[in-house]
Amino acid sequence: MLRKVSNFVTGTARMAFLGGNKLYYAWLGLLAFCIVQGLFAYAQQFEHGLIVTHMRDSVSWGFYIGNFTFLVGVAAAAVLLVIPAYVYDWKPIKEVALFGEMLAVASIVMCLLFVMVDMGHPERFWHLIPGLGHMNLPSSIMAWDSLVLNIYLLVNLSVASYLVYCAYYGIHYNHKIVVPLVIFSIPMAISIHTVTAFLYNGMASRPYWNSAILAPRFIASAFCSGPALLLILFQILRKVSAFEIKDEAIHKVAELMSYAMGFNLFLFGAEVFKEYYSNTHHLVHYQYLFAGLHGKPSPIALYAWMSLIFAVVSFLLFLIPKTRRMPLTMNIGCVLIYMSVYIEKGIALIIPGFTPDQLGQVYEYVPSATELRIAAGVFGIGFLLFTLMVKVSVVILFEREQGPAHA
Amino acid sequence: MSDLTVTPLPVPEPPAEGFTRREALILGLFALAGAATTSGCSSDQKAMDEFVQKHFKDLSPEELKTVLARMEKNLTKKYGKPVTVSATPAMEGVLFGYALDLSRCIGCRRCVYGCVDENNQSRDPQTHYITVLEMDKEKGVDLQDANAYYDHETVPAEGKFYMPVSCQQCENSPCSKVCPVGATWKEPDGIVVIDYNWCIGCRSCIAACPYGARRFNWGEPNIPADELNPVTEYLGNRPRPRGVVEKCTWCLHRVRKGLYPKCVEVCPVGARKFGNLLDPDSEIRYIIENKRVFILKEELNTQPKFFYYYGL
Repeated sequence: MLRKVSNFVTGTARMAFLGGNKLYYAWLGLLAFCIVQGLFAYAQQFEHGLIVTHMRDSVSWGFYIGNFTFLVGVAAAAVLLVIPAYVYDWKPIKEVALFGEMLAVASIVMCLLFVMVDMGHPERFWHLIPGLGHMNLPSSIMAWDSLVLNIYLLVNLSVASYLVYCAYYGIHYNHKIVVPLVIFSIPMAISIHTVTAFLYNGMASRPYWNSAILAPRFIASAFCSGPALLLILFQILRKVSAFEIKDEAIHKVAELMSYAMGFNLFLFGAEVFKEYYSNTHHLVHYQYLFAGLHGKPSPIALYAWMSLIFAVVSFLLFLIPKTRRMPLTMNIGCVLIYMSVYIEKGIALIIPGFTPDQLGQVYEYVPSATELRIAAGVFGIGFLLFTLMVKVSVVILFEREQGPAHA
Repeated sequence: MSDLTVTPLPVPEPPAEGFTRREALILGLFALAGAATTSGCSSDQKAMDEFVQKHFKDLSPEELKTVLARMEKNLTKKYGKPVTVSATPAMEGVLFGYALDLSRCIGCRRCVYGCVDENNQSRDPQTHYITVLEMDKEKGVDLQDANAYYDHETVPAEGKFYMPVSCQQCENSPCSKVCPVGATWKEPDGIVVIDYNWCIGCRSCIAACPYGARRFNWGEPNIPADELNPVTEYLGNRPRPRGVVEKCTWCLHRVRKGLYPKCVEVCPVGARKFGNLLDPDSEIRYIIENKRVFILKEELNTQPKFFYYYGL
């Protein structure tokens, strides 16, 4: 058994790093560069403290936590693919569900890294380990979040590696193990994003987040951004490898995305109506997001408008069957959706929540170069992990001669 | 600096030999993580002691003694003068309350800087527990129109009034509710405290506080040795490490010994009042019962023990 596992590890490592084309190695090189420069930036932050970021007491969370939130959404969106595949037993999507789970694993790893780089004392992470530390349960949503994120990571990592392991040896996976875990991962996916939304939602100190619509908005936007990434990936894989996916599957996912985006826009509209029509003091956060305060233009307004316009355009592109099926317009839609949600979570969620601060003071936060570099490093690690996992799976599932096992 | 006498320095005890099971487990984790931890520490032993230290409330009396002795030793060495670190418990039958007379406050910020000296806040970067807001008399209390960065030659400025805001020591404190590791809590005397050695620096509490009362040590805190207040409390004014949150504790190191908080003492116009809410004869009770007091952001149900009023 141990020998089999070690063979599997060395075998998959060989598949991951050998036999790629030039473009593949160039991509790995780019990711390696991102990681190395990120490590240098992090070394600087480790030495001087979080003062090298542009976060301050007024805006005490910024780009790191924005990215964290976005990636929780990407991770949760794996369910969009898993639900139809396993619950409705819809065959064309079944193979791609594995990639969804791998994306979830890579995203959660990035989430945890973003939390780590945001912590003032990352070496005290053990204070959060149940039994060892001192978790503030049940009252702290942050404590719940760390619990569900780690469980979600564990579940997806086990399922994905078990499926790949079985495929590697050409044996059929055990339904009794996989199906319950996959079913379990569906409510888990909803819960990680809901709990993350509650983290902000529960803070009465921040009227911008203290809205019951926040968690549904998180779920709706996640159902757009995660699949957008996967659709682009599938088309690339289809071009450069023996990976197969039917157009039917891609179009079905795109259709589901259009509903999700439509719902997301509706919820956003409901939020905007409530704030602007009631016109209370709480409106200041929206004013900062879309225009500026005290006659000064806000540095994030441009992004906020971009996000909104991208969302509307991509919604239309995905809603109309013709543009949804045409590769060019569909890919434009995917990119726009991804960017729209990235801005929405990375910039438009966190920063206006803190601006103006609790005492009405305005601190104009924009991320520092160090924050951008560290974020690039974290994305480098996540994408590298994802790339290697995908490469191994493609080789095992589609390119290897013997054992055409299907996950 | 402080009118308290410096108590003699207890002889520090040597650290306990060997590791307990729990420590061994944590050390194993530590090795796994491979993190060369706690930057800026001169000795590995000190870093290790700090790394494996338990939550304040989980420390046995003996362990607490060891921890306090270790801190005194390290701080005495760092600042070159005797520093005491105590863990004075809350007094029985005491629930502290604070009142501030808005009609008297002139916005001079003496409380701000008195607090900095007393509580060993970092001088560079500068950390203040008290934010004095300048507002228009015409508009009344309106935070969206408040200015914390006013800079006049003399105060009070024409047509303005001043509202100092610091920790409201909420009975229903949102900050301690959100802390993932329970590093901040409300003491029996109503003061919300932080275990700086347990705080992971996630800043959830800063996001949750409706009063902007919490401060994070973004950089290495800096206090000139000759300005250090050497009489300190574990949960209060001992010098804080980088990367943790701190806040006003109503000068826990003073009030638990029957003294007023520093801000009350330095206020030149007597705008600040402090006392025991459970004592019917206290000045604070008199104010609450006889003046028109209000609390900030009442609708959030945080139940502050910090009352504002117009005394004149």
